[in-house]
Amino acid sequence: MEFILCFFLLMVGLYAVVTKRNLVKIIIGLAIMEYAINLFLILIGYRKDGIAPIMTSTMDRIEFLRKAVDPLPQALVVTSIVIGFGILALAVSIAIRIYERFGTFDINEIKKLKG
Amino acid sequence: MKEEEKGLSTIVKVVTRWIVGFILLFGIYIVIFGHLTPGGGFPGGVIIAGTFVLLTLSFGREVPLRKLNSTLASELDSFGALVFLLVGILGLYLATYFAQNFITTFPQQYFRPLSAGVIPICNLAIGLKVGASIFMVFIILAVTRVISVGEGKMKMLRKKTGRRRRK
Amino acid sequence: MKLIPLMVAIPLGTAFFIPMVSRKNQRVPDLLGNLCTFALFLLSLCLIRFVPQVYFMGGWKPPFGITLVLDGLSSFMLILVNLVTFLITLYSISYMELYTSKLRYYSLLLLMLAGMNGVILTGDIFNLFVFLEIAVISAYALTGFGTEAEELEASFKYLVLGSVSSVFILLGIAFIYSLTGSLNLADISQKLAGGRLFQSPALWFAIILFLYGFGMKSAIMPFHPWLPDAHPSAPAPISAMLSGLLIKAAGVYPLLRIFYNMFGMGNLSQKFIPQILMVLGGISMAGGALLALIQTDIKRMFAYSSISHMGYIFLALSLGTPLGILGALFHIFSHAVSKSLLFLTSGSLEYVLHTRDIRKMGGIEERMPITAFSGNIGFLSLAGIPPLAGFWSKLFIILALVKAGRGGWAIFACGVSVLTLGYYLRMNRYVFFGKIKSAFRRVKEAPGTMLGAMLLLSLVVIFLGSFLIPPIRKVLLSPAVHILYSGQEYVKLVLGG
Repeated sequence: MEFILCFFLLMVGLYAVVTKRNLVKIIIGLAIMEYAINLFLILIGYRKDGIAPIMTSTMDRIEFLRKAVDPLPQALVVTSIVIGFGILALAVSIAIRIYERFGTFDINEIKKLKG
Repeated sequence: MKEEEKGLSTIVKVVTRWIVGFILLFGIYIVIFGHLTPGGGFPGGVIIAGTFVLLTLSFGREVPLRKLNSTLASELDSFGALVFLLVGILGLYLATYFAQNFITTFPQQYFRPLSAGVIPICNLAIGLKVGASIFMVFIILAVTRVISVGEGKMKMLRKKTGRRRRK
Repeated sequence: MKLIPLMVAIPLGTAFFIPMVSRKNQRVPDLLGNLCTFALFLLSLCLIRFVPQVYFMGGWKPPFGITLVLDGLSSFMLILVNLVTFLITLYSISYMELYTSKLRYYSLLLLMLAGMNGVILTGDIFNLFVFLEIAVISAYALTGFGTEAEELEASFKYLVLGSVSSVFILLGIAFIYSLTGSLNLADISQKLAGGRLFQSPALWFAIILFLYGFGMKSAIMPFHPWLPDAHPSAPAPISAMLSGLLIKAAGVYPLLRIFYNMFGMGNLSQKFIPQILMVLGGISMAGGALLALIQTDIKRMFAYSSISHMGYIFLALSLGTPLGILGALFHIFSHAVSKSLLFLTSGSLEYVLHTRDIRKMGGIEERMPITAFSGNIGFLSLAGIPPLAGFWSKLFIILALVKAGRGGWAIFACGVSVLTLGYYLRMNRYVFFGKIKSAFRRVKEAPGTMLGAMLLLSLVVIFLGSFLIPPIRKVLLSPAVHILYSGQEYVKLVLGG
């Protein structure tokens, strides 16, 4: 059930990227898509009645392995968040420079390259 | 421009002066204990950079640059990345594989900060790099502006502060 | 054996080292950058001796750790990438005087190289994604390097389209992980080998997502719209890098690994994936060639020509026969070096004449003979004239099509080849032959390092046909074809060793 909501979030982001005319809204749509994918990755690793995969000195090891949720998707998501941050920083700085050159954020005006 | 007119109001300035040290300490804590508790290099680095963002918002554009100017931040950035690569290459030569744990002589106590071999050093390097990087990104996007002073040449200059009050 | 991770570590280290040491001196980035790429090229040649080999990062054995796999295909692509990058950095010593900040350029270029080397070497699917992102983000930044209005628009377009495709690739990786529980390419291949998992619709969804994601990165029609804007706007050596290397190392190569080694082409033909690849390839060939006929900007024409040639590669890939794979791999190499040569030629023209419009040029041959010579070599190779490299690769593709029983596609490929010859002849007539315009009567030839790089690349194009001589072919091409054609060899190599 949660996975369908993740897809819904992904589609909302895709809708924003495809239909909106303002550059900043396109960037926000891209960010929403990234977050939807990260959420999906974490949800994959869920185990029913699981505990967080952090071991303290008082825990028994076998018990821990039986109950912990999968830590690998969490490592993937940390990396993916960093990558998403890099892309967004670059996109925002390009958008600022576009505003300085064209004077507008509207993509219907930014159409110098054709053919 | 008088000091009181830059940044936000006095209440924000007073409170920021008190808590910015604690936020920085919290960020460093997350970096150092990265192998024991959730966190690690990247979130800790973001929090450390967040202290500089808080300083910029409260006090105005010039304050964080007085504490850490952009050339130093750029050097720290490259230094952090090179430390991480150095750790990997040392793993190549001291042990057999790239980035293998080569610190096996520490007292092997689990759940203490000085355990887990190479990982705390990597966390420190990444925390340094990420903090410096995000600080540089913020400074370039919010504080400087690029104008063209001739054909094909650009120059970066500080944005002029907002309204001028005549006294 | 210990040298394999250095292919990624050296460009990363140099990319971060360059800003630290070149505050005062402007010559240092040039020196460090060229030294680094030259060392990497020599290293990639040395690694031929060690094929095949698997390297476990951090000492963790698969399927727990990340593996770096050096098999025939990896070493083939590594030689290609490092050779072309070395010549491009040689070229950009003089060309990047036109732009402002050389040290950032070299850092970004070396980061892109590190990303591409990482994609080629890795044996783990998420690691592939991470290195792919490193390479592609550097490409977004380098496309808009000149920060003029058009270049920023092209860079933003590339960024949005590329990021959407990366998000879909990550979704595909998430599906694969949830179905098989592992991220190692060989381990996933083993888990999928039973055939039971191929009944689940999630796996086919993941396959289609990969097709879309990597197809966008390799600019097949209908996923191509970013390429005709991004490649002309970038500085000329970066255009050569993007069009020659990135769309292959980050677009076609992961598709080869995933479809041949991980899934297996035999399994994929249950739901007509090879037919889809064939149709996509055919549309790109025709569309790219037809659209290139009407262009007036020289680099935009080359960009559409790249789309057309990627169509050839996809058409050859979809066959699944050894001759088809040989044709595709050889065409990857020959197109990479020829297209890079053509983009470097256009950069030299732009450096001297300050224009990219072919209607304004004319008769350049008498003033810039070396540029004209290398341009002619490049376009003759791509049009398929013997004995240059492009002739052999197109011959193999057409032979593979005929042998697989697809005679109609073979005739179609010949027709598109005639179109290719057509638009290149048109370019040649406008730019090099004819009467020289009065404004350009006194131009001089381009600077020395640019000419040196172009001449070296021309030599590579001329002698590439020698790759097919049996001794060299056994060393370079046959292992690459073999590891793709028999997918099980890859699994035995990684998991057995």
